[in-house]
Amino acid sequence: MSTQTEKIVKVYSTPTCPFCKSVKKFLEENGIKYTELNVAEDVEARRTLVSRGQMGVPVTDINGEWVIGFDKGKLKQKLGL
Amino acid sequence: MHDIIILGGGPAGLTAAVYVARKELDALLVSRELGGQPLLTAGIENYMGYQYIEGPELMAKFEEQVARFPIEQKVGEEVVALTRLERGFKVDTDSNGSYEATTVIIATGKRAKQLNVPGEKKLVGRGVSYCAICDGPLFASQKVAIIGGGNSAVGAVDDMVRIAEYVYLISTTELTCDKVLHDRVKDAPNLAIFTGHEVVEVLGDNRVEGIVIRDMATRMEKKFDVGGVFVEIGLIPNSEFARKLVKLNEFDEIVVNCVCETGVPGLFAAGDVTDVPEKQIVIAAGEGAKAALRAHYYLQRLTKD
Repeated sequence: MSTQTEKIVKVYSTPTCPFCKSVKKFLEENGIKYTELNVAEDVEARRTLVSRGQMGVPVTDINGEWVIGFDKGKLKQKLGL
Repeated sequence: MHDIIILGGGPAGLTAAVYVARKELDALLVSRELGGQPLLTAGIENYMGYQYIEGPELMAKFEEQVARFPIEQKVGEEVVALTRLERGFKVDTDSNGSYEATTVIIATGKRAKQLNVPGEKKLVGRGVSYCAICDGPLFASQKVAIIGGGNSAVGAVDDMVRIAEYVYLISTTELTCDKVLHDRVKDAPNLAIFTGHEVVEVLGDNRVEGIVIRDMATRMEKKFDVGGVFVEIGLIPNSEFARKLVKLNEFDEIVVNCVCETGVPGLFAAGDVTDVPEKQIVIAAGEGAKAALRAHYYLQRLTKD
């Protein structure tokens, strides 16, 4: 059995959000692949955020668990870094 | 004991870090995060050397430069207490860190002012936002309220009238923004401006549903259905932890002289947290350098005595 779980990472962002850029940079620096969901254009992605009452970006979805904002500590923890 | 602790990792703190490192001082940088207010700035055209650069990108370059030097960093820790020792200072942080140094530079900058009305805290991230640049697009096709009368608030109006269904601009005073900005928005068909009004309450259980405002002259209240509230009412200095030690002006900024001295020997301050008249990145960086050089001068004189 593999001891490594594949981490599926999604970043909900808007184009002008500086903290979103910080999250993306952090993921890239650590070699983590992610999908970017631009909630300014992607209505479905926006609905997902809003339906969970989250109306702020960035939100990083790591295997279904959400990290709100550019929270290095929580990101490191959930990514196993 | 370190030679110096720098509190704050924005333009002032990071510049100070490079300067103290090049003087080969034993330095520790303590900051909640690196980058400071410029992280919330989209486009910067007046920091020299870069004709146009985005805030986070500029601060990444500051960070890279600091990383070239052997400065110890405690990032993710925020100072909660600063005490004077016989021969220096002690810094206590919210992560139970405790650090001592002969000198300290306070470069903790400013943070967004809150409305301090019912419903606000509960609904942060659920419709209440302090960063229109970040969260604006999430409120497309919704009705929003923007609180404030300066450039940040009216700048947010300029962005939001293009994508929101309706924008209510609420300001306690007449608008203080640049005329150019005001001219850009004043004829927007989906905008209502309420000057001389204050916010009474933000409504909503799990997310913002409305806002109650009050006419400050007549005391009459009005309620609007909105899905978002952007608070852009100014900044307050992060100086609380130092108030017992240093002199603060009426804005709670740390009063410094032109060489960044606070009046307490060995304690310096730089950047937006001080009473430096203009709050700009290039000025904060310059103040950080001045404070670092003055701290070094102070340390040199100490060892001579």
